[in-house]
Amino acid sequence: MGKGVAITGMGIISAIGNNVAENYLSLTTNKIGISEISQIDTIHKNDIMVGEIDDTNPILEKKLGIQENEWSRTVLIGTIAAQEALANSGISDVNEARTGFISGTTVGGMDKSEQYFYEYGDRPEVRQHITGLHAGDSTNKIAKHLGLEKSFVTTISTACSSAANAIMLGARMIKSGQLDRVIVGGTDSLSKFTINGFKTLMILSDTYSTPFDDNRKGLNLGEAAAYLVLESDSMVEKNNKKVLGYVKGYGNANDAFHQTASSENGDGAVLAMKKALQVAGMKPEDIDYVNAHGTATPNNDLSEGRALIRVFDNKVPEFSSTKAFTGHTLAAAGGVEAVYSVLALQNNLIFPNLNFKTSMKEFDLNPITVAKKKELRTVLSNSFGFGGNCSTLIFSKEA
Amino acid sequence: MKQSVYINSVGSVSAQKTFDNSFLDDVVLHNDTVINVIAPNYKEYIPPAAARRMAKGIKMSTVSAKNAMQEAEVAEDEIDAIIVGTGLGCIGDSEKFVSDIIDNNEQFLTPTRFIQSSHNTVAGQIALGIGCKGHNFTYVHSAISFESAVLDAKMQIEENEAKTILVGGVDELVDHHISTHRLIGHIKKEAVETMSILKSGTSGAVFSEGAHFFVLSNEKKSSCYSELVALKTFNVLSESQVSDETSNFLMEQGLTEESVDLIIMGNNGDNDFDSYYDSLSKGAFKNVAQAYFKHLSGEFDTASGFGFWLANMILKQGKVPASVQLNEKRAESVQTILIYNQYRGENHSLTLLKKC
Repeated sequence: MGKGVAITGMGIISAIGNNVAENYLSLTTNKIGISEISQIDTIHKNDIMVGEIDDTNPILEKKLGIQENEWSRTVLIGTIAAQEALANSGISDVNEARTGFISGTTVGGMDKSEQYFYEYGDRPEVRQHITGLHAGDSTNKIAKHLGLEKSFVTTISTACSSAANAIMLGARMIKSGQLDRVIVGGTDSLSKFTINGFKTLMILSDTYSTPFDDNRKGLNLGEAAAYLVLESDSMVEKNNKKVLGYVKGYGNANDAFHQTASSENGDGAVLAMKKALQVAGMKPEDIDYVNAHGTATPNNDLSEGRALIRVFDNKVPEFSSTKAFTGHTLAAAGGVEAVYSVLALQNNLIFPNLNFKTSMKEFDLNPITVAKKKELRTVLSNSFGFGGNCSTLIFSKEA
Repeated sequence: MKQSVYINSVGSVSAQKTFDNSFLDDVVLHNDTVINVIAPNYKEYIPPAAARRMAKGIKMSTVSAKNAMQEAEVAEDEIDAIIVGTGLGCIGDSEKFVSDIIDNNEQFLTPTRFIQSSHNTVAGQIALGIGCKGHNFTYVHSAISFESAVLDAKMQIEENEAKTILVGGVDELVDHHISTHRLIGHIKKEAVETMSILKSGTSGAVFSEGAHFFVLSNEKKSSCYSELVALKTFNVLSESQVSDETSNFLMEQGLTEESVDLIIMGNNGDNDFDSYYDSLSKGAFKNVAQAYFKHLSGEFDTASGFGFWLANMILKQGKVPASVQLNEKRAESVQTILIYNQYRGENHSLTLLKKC
């Protein structure tokens, strides 16, 4: 125990870029990825704004050398991001050490399932998507494409905290000595299923989302995939690896309040943040920046804001939600924001919470709205999901 | 020093009459290609008004989880974590929500089905029901969904992060899932009788459903069934690698094949994939007592939860029911059980339990 969990690689594809460098450029030039939906034919297209990845499936298939319409978009983007993470970590032989793969997803292959739902009987050529409905199938396909054999590969689905929990499990497995290294994160593509689901919950904004603003109208859905490579101290030492940062703390708790809404005082969020601080051996004042969940729904931002005030005893560190850039990428969000947290540490830069104008009337909490240079040693990142799931990760520059 | 991990109770809703904790005294014989659970009287566990809106997966899990918590004599506030494995979650609601989207052109939809479609609905509902604010995870990885959940619990107890954990596996069987999996031959074309499933000689499996919950703890209660010694999963293994990996797995525990008293395997009568099991049953384990269970439980992503239940019942009751015996070998007394499961050549798992 007490071992470090080093981050040695990362990869991402989101509405603001196809790789880590493009995402960083967008974050530092206020280039947002929110637009009208173009790749899904939905009757809601004029009522919602989304964070869509630019590349269409045929372009992604070509990049990966995958046969046309063989995979779900969730698998395509997941593979792109996971490959970048491995390359970034300088790993060429994925099986040379005990390597695991843990991915979070909520929809898996739902994009294809909903498209061919009534057509499987008449169209044998689309039946490859039948097993794609299994969430684990998307993870298995990515693992196989990466060349993983005889390995620990699993999938976590805890709604919008899935990738954060995947990172947490990976860190625990490295610490307990079960794995030498592990690729962790999540992937979710947009689908009619999620668009209509969130629509019925009436928490989709018809314009650009405004996290932590008093006049916030709801979230923008997004799609993304993002992964980190985590390695044990001995792997880092053995291969003389460059370390991008460390997973220092993690905490998971359940709000046990409501199936989809967060409790008014953010009990679950408070517990998750406190646990993460405890695992990291840190006090609240050791946190330099909070990358908030900040979905811009009335419920989340109020609950999370109250939780932050409770944990930090009214001295909330500088914080921002990056979801105005990317949209809420559901299962992938914890992975996306882990990549952004590491970028923040590497560049000593707090990314802005765009579209914020008016403080919420319930409390005096104002996010950082313009990119801000600051020496950062630690970043705390929150991810909350349906089913009361609350997760917190703490990233640090030093072990 | 790592904490030992004990299985203090079991709860099962399956295609056999297991919800009352009887031990396969009267085997329910099926003769079909898909089989449903023998339903308990849900009213005894769930208020009828609530039950009406509940997905079957939630109902089965509620019964199974309540039985497990009751048997382990743990109060609701003693549960430190809830970890669930499910291949498809409440897939009935997901399918209904998708068909509603298509049929009604994305209009007139209600949120309930969407909410219940979240894979973590069962774990979330149980947490809500008992007010458990601890660690709450849901694993959704096909045939190792349940094993992933057990492994997570094992790690937490060993590392002293939690003392008492409710762990379960659940999957429900629904129409669209059946019809699509018939199209790709994953379900058998011809009905097969329960006790002759391994002689079917045909492709595909008999699909089913079920919910299995267990209370795992660092403390051995009087109700204890077994000690969980080791668990390992593999994304892919070739047939020839199964024996080697099993040997390695046992060696890490200071054991050999011959020192295992009983091996329980996930043979489902699929002519194309049961050969994975043959590599053990006809190989290094040929002189070891063997058992199988999917003829009784049917095949589903968390069917290995039934296998885990069976192993625990055998260790506690000290007998191997005739209906699950696979060969002529009999162990004098069953102290150590190895479970090996895989599905269609992927997601292999090895689980080692010993008498407590």
